[in-house]
Amino acid sequence: MSTTPHRHEAPPANKGLLALAGVLLAIPIVALLLVGTYAKDEPRVLGFPFFIWYQFVWVVLCSALTYTAYRIVLKARPHVPMSREGDSFDDDLPREDGIR
Amino acid sequence: MTAIAPSLAPTVAPAADTGGVNGVALTVLIFFFVLVAGAGFWAARWRRPESMESLEEWGLGGRSFGTWITWFLLGGDLYTAYTFVAVPAAMWAFGAVNGFFAVPYTIILYPIIFVFMSRLWSVSHRHGYVTPADFVEGRSGSRVLSLAVAVTGFLATMPYIALQLVGIQAVLEVAGVGGGNNWVAKDLPLFIAFLVLALYTYTSGLRAPAIIAFVKDILIYLVIIVAVIYLPSKVGGWGHVFDSAEKKMTTTTNPATGNPNVFIPGPKAYWAYGTLALGSALALFMYPHSITATLSAKSRNTIRKNASILPAYSFLLGLLALLGWVAIAAGTKPVGLDGKVNGQLVIPQLFEDMFPSWFAGVAFAAIAIGALVPAAIMSIAAANTFTRNIYKAWIKPNATVQQEAKVSKLTSLVVKAFALIFVLTLDKSNAINFQLLGGIWILQTFPALVFYLYTRWFHRWALLAGWAVGMVYGTVAAYNVTNKATGAPFAGSVANMPLIGQLGYIAVTAFAFNVVVAAILTLALRAAKAPEGKDATIPADYFAEAGDPRVEKLPVGPHEYTPSA
Repeated sequence: MSTTPHRHEAPPANKGLLALAGVLLAIPIVALLLVGTYAKDEPRVLGFPFFIWYQFVWVVLCSALTYTAYRIVLKARPHVPMSREGDSFDDDLPREDGIR
Repeated sequence: MTAIAPSLAPTVAPAADTGGVNGVALTVLIFFFVLVAGAGFWAARWRRPESMESLEEWGLGGRSFGTWITWFLLGGDLYTAYTFVAVPAAMWAFGAVNGFFAVPYTIILYPIIFVFMSRLWSVSHRHGYVTPADFVEGRSGSRVLSLAVAVTGFLATMPYIALQLVGIQAVLEVAGVGGGNNWVAKDLPLFIAFLVLALYTYTSGLRAPAIIAFVKDILIYLVIIVAVIYLPSKVGGWGHVFDSAEKKMTTTTNPATGNPNVFIPGPKAYWAYGTLALGSALALFMYPHSITATLSAKSRNTIRKNASILPAYSFLLGLLALLGWVAIAAGTKPVGLDGKVNGQLVIPQLFEDMFPSWFAGVAFAAIAIGALVPAAIMSIAAANTFTRNIYKAWIKPNATVQQEAKVSKLTSLVVKAFALIFVLTLDKSNAINFQLLGGIWILQTFPALVFYLYTRWFHRWALLAGWAVGMVYGTVAAYNVTNKATGAPFAGSVANMPLIGQLGYIAVTAFAFNVVVAAILTLALRAAKAPEGKDATIPADYFAEAGDPRVEKLPVGPHEYTPSA
């Protein structure tokens, strides 16, 4: 079973970066739930009412924001491998078997 | 996709142009059907495992799918044939609140799942969890709470499978078969389609829909892109499309609810539009079939990466929704073989009217195959849920992995047979009502599943009580929405929200009650020192990545050993 309790915990993370990713993810949700800000016909673009094209624009923006958040999260909490028993992290244990 | 307003029920129409059998389109449709059936059976050999006799292999494809397969699989799974039929049908009949909310819904969906699905993937990978209820049981130590989650998931999935048949039926009916008075001629095509589906799902498991999803998604993209470029030019351009839609929507009302139809939501519809989008987004990944597709990914980051590329489907869905309005400008008359107007037929009918026969056949194939992928995944997910959380948890605790796979395969057949009987013998509105309820119910499992991924602060009994309150409130509130024209219950998914005093999605109101009850009872149970269950997980489990050791060692195929980084 486990050795020291602290290895049961989550891997270390950069809290600031995680918060930034959270903000990026929250932006499209807040923007689209504020229905009153975009429920209008004008200005039309290529015949499309504002209500329609604005939401299409958010599909692209949301995708970009989510991808940015993905890159940030990878940096904020790099993966830490586990020990072979699977009950602790390998961060400070040298491996004798040469794997990894 | 969920929460599409019902009451697209047929009404008697003056015109009775049934159009007859469209031979060319039907031939193309059959060609594609045979192609995907072959692919479905072949899938059993794809990335062949040493043995198919485990839920990991049959039910999760060996947890081996990379970014692109997962993208096709999830896209094929979430954007169902029923969605492709019902969303434009709702746009055509009732306008933006009933139809276009699907766009913000499928946008905000992805930031939401980005946040929690990778944790669920990690903990499930470490503990061999196959269903959401597996995780809830391990985390809470409560078999009853797990059963509640499992039963809710199972019940919510069943009508969803049945509705996939409605998608196929719509296509067959416009192509000129599957209708009429003769029972055999009417139901036989559907019966054969589902029998073939059932057989290749049985032999190939999740690998079958993963392969077929490629065909489905490519066809769907092709058809929609061609449709949105070609069709508007034939009916006078997008400007004319929107003007026609505005004219229809501002001069008609929804006979079921008595509310005016909507071109662009007015202030009174803001809450309805927003809560439909939010509630549906929160609910979608509570469905067992969504989680099955997620857990089949081979690494923790596959799902996060997918959260940023899956919106491509949302863009497509938005364009498809607009085809409902193109049909208004084109004057499409969706009249069934029984001579009645049926909104569900509007997209197939538009395609038949406007495209050359062979391309209409491609479009029909896209929709029909679009039904097969989700139907397969849903039946696998429902079967896994039954096997793990009812059969193994309550009936035969010492079942081996081989027995689990056996039960699951048989259950997948039973589930599909039930869906077929449901659609063939009962009125379609039953399936639609039931699916509407399913969307409300499934959201009530959100606290148990998602809150538990982060905290054990909520007491397991309090979560169970919150779930029960949400289920009862949601069911009663949905029942009380009566059809103003016919007096029938379950006429819609929005109702007045207490405190806010606006129309809103019932699932969201029920969810709010659910959380409040769970929080208050947690405080009370803590004060009373009610026993906590045993937590089978450790915090590190929630960050595990492929390559980290598993708790359960499983017999795996060679592909499992490929490096995952």
